[in-house]
Amino acid sequence: MAEQRFWEDIAVESPVPPLMKNATPRQLVMWAGAYGDYYEIHYNEKTALANMLPGLIIHGTLKAAWLGQMLGDWVGEKGRIKKYSASYRSMDVPGDNITLTGKVTKKYVDGKDHVVEAEIWVQNGKGEKTTPGTATVVFPSKG
Amino acid sequence: MTQGSVITEDMKKAIGVESEPTIVVVEREPIRRAAAAMGDNNPLYHDEEYAKSKGYRSVIAPPGFQPTYSFTLKTAPMRADAGPRMPTGFARFMNGGDEYEFFQPIQAGDVLSITRRLGDLYERDGRMGKMFFTVNETVFRNQKNEIVLIQRSTTIAY
Repeated sequence: MAEQRFWEDIAVESPVPPLMKNATPRQLVMWAGAYGDYYEIHYNEKTALANMLPGLIIHGTLKAAWLGQMLGDWVGEKGRIKKYSASYRSMDVPGDNITLTGKVTKKYVDGKDHVVEAEIWVQNGKGEKTTPGTATVVFPSKG
Repeated sequence: MTQGSVITEDMKKAIGVESEPTIVVVEREPIRRAAAAMGDNNPLYHDEEYAKSKGYRSVIAPPGFQPTYSFTLKTAPMRADAGPRMPTGFARFMNGGDEYEFFQPIQAGDVLSITRRLGDLYERDGRMGKMFFTVNETVFRNQKNEIVLIQRSTTIAY
């Protein structure tokens, strides 16, 4: 487990620590089974090509879950995720080097909660943001 | 510039009408498999003893994994006086995105009562003409009738 970060350590404009992924077709099949999303464009190349896609594409929900993993690693076990979103603007493909990251936009105290807001996104191997979103998380406070 | 809305008063009547619940028992193994598919080795998702040492009853579901498996969730019934929910004239549909709002972690052993409702309808003019957005809200309640998660999924027709 990574060390616990505290609200006081988080600066506006600072990056959300990145998480790297490179999906295999096997992983997409595993996600299809776990999630129950059996749309063939994620594991049958013929179907994907027939749908004008470049080949197999990664489930939007898997990319969203990776953003959740990134946020969970960031806030640690003493923090929590209140809310986050992911817009599936462009497709991502297995075999590509994918980076999940973000940037802190705001921090404030709301009642007992020490809140941090961030822009988050999925970035493909060319550095393009394919899946932007926003997150609202709570960190523990030192105070 | 007024080009006329595709959203009718009848379609708006469907907003907020909640479906009957679908009941799902959350199991450990699908959570482990989802975390394995993600490549997330956090022991909270596969090691029950570890999860218990952190105050949970069992393993918890990773954020972004809604353990509905492949159950077909019940959708809200159409009101007798409501018109068609989807306007005609759109050729293509795409999954626009998801938003998750978390209230409590979902734990293995939870008995979830899952309802769906139409959250919002709106339209925008895009590069390829009018785009029509449908937001469906899925509300997950646990066995104590507490909301644990709200998922808002956007479908775009264009």
